[in-house]
Amino acid sequence: MTIAAGTMKAGEPVFYVVDEHDHPEGSSTMLGFWIYLMSDCLIFAILFAVYGVLGAKYAAGPAPKDLFDLSLVAVNTSFLLLSSLTYGFAMLSMQQNRLGAMQGWLVITGLFGLAFLGIELTEFAHMIHEGATPQRSAFLSSFFTLVGTHGLHVTFGLVWLVTLMVQVKRFGLIEANRRRLVCLSLFWHFLDVIWIGVFTFVYLMGMLR
Amino acid sequence: MSSEVHAHADAHHAADDHAGTRQGQLIGFGLSVVLTAIPFLLVMNGSLDKQVTALIIMAFAAVQVVVHMIFFLHMNTKAEGGWSMMALIFTIIMVVIALSGSLWVMHHLTTNMMPVHEMGSTP
Repeated sequence: MTIAAGTMKAGEPVFYVVDEHDHPEGSSTMLGFWIYLMSDCLIFAILFAVYGVLGAKYAAGPAPKDLFDLSLVAVNTSFLLLSSLTYGFAMLSMQQNRLGAMQGWLVITGLFGLAFLGIELTEFAHMIHEGATPQRSAFLSSFFTLVGTHGLHVTFGLVWLVTLMVQVKRFGLIEANRRRLVCLSLFWHFLDVIWIGVFTFVYLMGMLR
Repeated sequence: MSSEVHAHADAHHAADDHAGTRQGQLIGFGLSVVLTAIPFLLVMNGSLDKQVTALIIMAFAAVQVVVHMIFFLHMNTKAEGGWSMMALIFTIIMVVIALSGSLWVMHHLTTNMMPVHEMGSTP
């Protein structure tokens, strides 16, 4: 950072920084990604608010008690929680530069994510088959929007996971790939945090109504 | 060797910040399992009063979010020179305003602007 003092001699004072200070590549990625996650958090907050307002408007249609299977949700929750743990282990393997172990943990994480999505889609298909479509009532519209948005996030997380595994396979654990893997780890753990809200406010509170 | 490790740690500072320790991961996972299992058991048993159960599971959810933030997302006041925490606090304020505001306003709207055909049945 140099302030142009040289030009002072010419009698022209300069009051700004002439040299742009150093911005190493990726130095601001973590903060930027965190701010993205916070904005995503606001999207989910609004969807939760919508569900909170409309969640009891059944339009004489099915209520949560008629539709939800809590044991299935418990299995789903444990899958997502386990995938968070295995991603954490992948990060630890990355820290120790154990590439094979890291890829292995990422595969397990992806499989847990796939199992989660599979169960969720089965649940959706079952509900729609019973006539509980998003068009049926305000409760179902807001339910499918909220839970579906979370499911879409998990889907894109999986696409991202596979992409990064290919990247790591081709280019190794270079600095850029490490940064990307850390970003995905934040994204993945963040989705688990959102799921805490979903299973508490949508499923458990729904069964209490 | 040690200088190489040191240089390596410097180069991957951001990545290492977010890896945590195996012990930390397992503590976070253990706490999450307990904090998830108890609400599910309470609701599945249905032995407690509904309002009490609702309060308990909301409290457990709040605690579990904090556990995830600390043990999985590795949040602390120093990350990114404190700006991560700033963004988080700002987001929490916005979320609280959006959620409580929506629920409060819409609750009053539904209770005060009931459709005419339902008005007759209210005392």
